[in-house]
Amino acid sequence: MSFTDFFIPTIVVIIIAYGFIKRTDLFSTFIEGAKEGISTSLDILPSLICLMTCIGMFKSVGGFGILASLIQPLTDFFGFPEECAPLIFIRPMSGSGALSVYNNIVSQYGADSFIGRVASVMMGSTETTFYTVAVYFGAIKIKNSRYAIPAALVGDMTGWIASVIAVRMLF
Amino acid sequence: MRYLIFILIIFSYILGVFNDKMSNLSLAIITECSEAVSLSITLCGSICLWSGFMNIAEKSGIVKLLSKVFSPLMRLLFPNISRSSKAMGYITLNFISNLLGLGNASTPLGIKAMEELKKAEGVTDSASDNMIMLTVLNTAALQLFPATIITLRAEYGSITPSDIIPAVWIVSLITLTLTVLAVKFLSRFSGAKK
Repeated sequence: MSFTDFFIPTIVVIIIAYGFIKRTDLFSTFIEGAKEGISTSLDILPSLICLMTCIGMFKSVGGFGILASLIQPLTDFFGFPEECAPLIFIRPMSGSGALSVYNNIVSQYGADSFIGRVASVMMGSTETTFYTVAVYFGAIKIKNSRYAIPAALVGDMTGWIASVIAVRMLF
Repeated sequence: MRYLIFILIIFSYILGVFNDKMSNLSLAIITECSEAVSLSITLCGSICLWSGFMNIAEKSGIVKLLSKVFSPLMRLLFPNISRSSKAMGYITLNFISNLLGLGNASTPLGIKAMEELKKAEGVTDSASDNMIMLTVLNTAALQLFPATIITLRAEYGSITPSDIIPAVWIVSLITLTLTVLAVKFLSRFSGAKK
């Protein structure tokens, strides 16, 4: 038993206990939130169908192998597993796309493998950069995002390299 | 997005022809869509469960409590926005929602914050330093509990699906720090616009 086993149950207990003390109607508040969850998962389904098909097609003809070999000198230098390279391309662009690539990786290599862990940490610690920048600046009609993309990409690259190092050190 | 879809499909076709993998390609077109449905069904339970718990957290005031805890950090990141301004309120709530993985809540809050910044700073079509800081914080994904990833890890036979959490935290913190430093650094070298 490790301390990470405590994590999920502890979060649940804290939320429920605080809600109880503050006299929140636990059941109906939960139901209200969970109902929103249904529409969230339904909302992502159409884009998931589209992108999983595109990505599945690309994968079936060996496209990701070619992409990975393009940046191989770079990934070799950082000891980055080439199986995770597709995530580097898709993660900044599309959440559903990244989810589908991630799903491919863990189903193929196993969730507890080195590759599976690196992919998991990458997914957990980076975001859909281009999409976010487009939504935030698009919403208030800002055309010139100046150095937003370079700064965000510095973060993404740091995240990818750090994921490999963290998994090497912690497991 | 339209470029991404176009490129993936056209290149798949070309590669399929040249690598003699048209049968694989046909199979992928037929089967991947049902794969998407089973993936979203796998995730539906955990998305609903955590939306439910997080709704309790929001209604009971944990979110407000956390925004007090994080106000010093926010002042550090946005030194020239007044503490009591509307923009700062939205920025803090946006940060907390991200931290708790409240995806539904964080984007509208972030956009509200952007609108307030636009009003307060009177910019027209070029982003201000504060706007960039806010946006980039949202691309750095500081998340306490990556529920989706843990669910999928469990689905694919991980014995201890949540054991990646410390690694995710460490990497997120490093990423966040470097992103913030990049913003501060680049803002120095990008002209006088404040």
